[in-house]
Amino acid sequence: MPVELVCPAGSPAMLRAAVEAGADSVYCGLRDETNARNFPGLNFSPDELADAVGWARGRGAKVLVAVNTFARPGVTERWRAAVDAAADAGAHAVIAADLAVLSHAAKQHPGLRLHLSVQAAAGSPEAIAFYQREYGVKRVVLPRVLSVEEIAALMREVGVETEAFVFGGLCVMAEGRCALSSYVTGRSPNLSGVCSPPEAVAFTEEGGRLVTRLADFAMDRFGPDESAGYPTLCKGRFALEGEDPAYLFEDPVSLNAMALLAALDRAGVSAVKVEGRQRGKAYVARVAGVFRQAIDALARGQSIDHLEPMLLDLAEGGRQTAGAYRKTWR
Amino acid sequence: MNDVRIGLTLGPLMFNWAPERVADFYARIADEAPVDRVYLGEVVCGKRSPLLEPALATAAERLERGGKQVVWSGLSIPANRRDRRAIAGLSAADEVIEVNDLSALSARSGPFVAGPLLNVYNEDAARELLMRGCVRLCPNIELSLDAVGGIARGCPELEIELFAFGRLPLALSGRCYHARVHGLHKDACQFVCDRDPDGLAVQTLEGRDFLAVNGVQTLSHGAHVAAAPLTDLRAAGVGALRLSPHSLDMVAVARAFRNFADGRVEPAALLVALRGLDPPGPLVAGYLHGQAGAAPAAV
Repeated sequence: MPVELVCPAGSPAMLRAAVEAGADSVYCGLRDETNARNFPGLNFSPDELADAVGWARGRGAKVLVAVNTFARPGVTERWRAAVDAAADAGAHAVIAADLAVLSHAAKQHPGLRLHLSVQAAAGSPEAIAFYQREYGVKRVVLPRVLSVEEIAALMREVGVETEAFVFGGLCVMAEGRCALSSYVTGRSPNLSGVCSPPEAVAFTEEGGRLVTRLADFAMDRFGPDESAGYPTLCKGRFALEGEDPAYLFEDPVSLNAMALLAALDRAGVSAVKVEGRQRGKAYVARVAGVFRQAIDALARGQSIDHLEPMLLDLAEGGRQTAGAYRKTWR
Repeated sequence: MNDVRIGLTLGPLMFNWAPERVADFYARIADEAPVDRVYLGEVVCGKRSPLLEPALATAAERLERGGKQVVWSGLSIPANRRDRRAIAGLSAADEVIEVNDLSALSARSGPFVAGPLLNVYNEDAARELLMRGCVRLCPNIELSLDAVGGIARGCPELEIELFAFGRLPLALSGRCYHARVHGLHKDACQFVCDRDPDGLAVQTLEGRDFLAVNGVQTLSHGAHVAAAPLTDLRAAGVGALRLSPHSLDMVAVARAFRNFADGRVEPAALLVALRGLDPPGPLVAGYLHGQAGAAPAAV
């Protein structure tokens, strides 16, 4: 069976666009702090979710609901309610990272498939075995720290489906193990479902150059001919003492592992995932369409070399990387 | 009023110090530092462990002779078979261990401490670990004192050990930044992280101190201090304060915290005492109050 193509949906319109362009599954979240893309104007009400699930089922597509942030003390019932809403809507699976959320889903909705979110950072057979045994997870979204060879080795040791990110924003740190954003802004993926949040961003003109800031900290500086990128913390330009600033953690690049689709398939990965629920329906239509072509071409034994550059203009800074999937990245 | 005594602990050493330095450090802690419990073991990078094992074994004996409880800490981001074996070995121990990655729980039934690098953000998640043998929680560094209190109230059986001093362990990666800044590859890193006993300082392009790199780990440049009034700490269920080892005089740091935890000095005086000991960066405390972690410590 060809690898499953999982695409993002930040809205009902984006969900339809993804499925019509060839996504096998879409993932989305409820309009609250229970999902890791908690941006204004994004996400689904419970009714919209139920409608979307019905629409997708009619087209043979699955809807996966991300309840993938960590619940705040004292109000964990909001996260339980999100799982209940996903179950009521008939979602195909819930994607979760918090032990509290996993436990509630496993106990109250034993028939609902559980996928372990990348935010749980389960990168070893032992960690995966823990979540499988304790909560019955059926699929693990792999942390973006493993090479393709390591994924293949991992798959020989675990009896669980895996899902690997292949396109979109690239976390340089292990997902779910990074508090850089809250150190600077007070908000982070684990605490608030956001990274380098827009309200902390400022652009200031200094001596003919544009400086991008996150809270008070300078993230990067651009000359008049350069296009200024969004100041995502781990892709800023920083300096060691006495040295020139450089992209210390990672260049402003995006992930595109299309060239590794065949290798990921051989490694035993069940599904490949596109990041970007915040990026709209035009984005998802194009990415889903090109990846659909690539997966289908590979299934027919055809080359996909001509497809890889087709999404370059969607990449951050116009540059792509295969990230940790290639061991040299480390 | 009989307030419960707040204990002091020394967290695991996060930096790559030479074995002789490690031995000297723990010998002095054993003899002179007023700490109740010491966590030993490599938590950041499994490549460092073989070099350190003899020094840590000696340190453990010395610390126990000095009346300290020793708890072995596990790796936080196991990357290969060697790391997995190390975690499996630790998991097999009968005594209390510190877990920093949930892979340690796949074959464990014994008691454990949940380290600050685990994602336990609420009382229900804490209860999941409590049911599986967790005896103590060192909450994730991002959590405010209010949030820690929420966990403690919802899970009162769990002792709370608050990360109270040191550069904040902010992020883990598959990539080694020490190797990267020296133009090396993680698999042939030449152990260059040993050059920076408190981490390699990272500045913004305007020259402002910002972060510190320590192999696959990124820490804050500022040194976090949990200088909140003791009544607030007790109200949040805090039973112990964890001090994270740095190259400054940690015995003096421990003494300053003992004075503070015994109520002999106010939080403001603790900050003054710590500033006088040449901490690795400016004192910060934003996370305690639900603010940016880099916000200065002020009373």
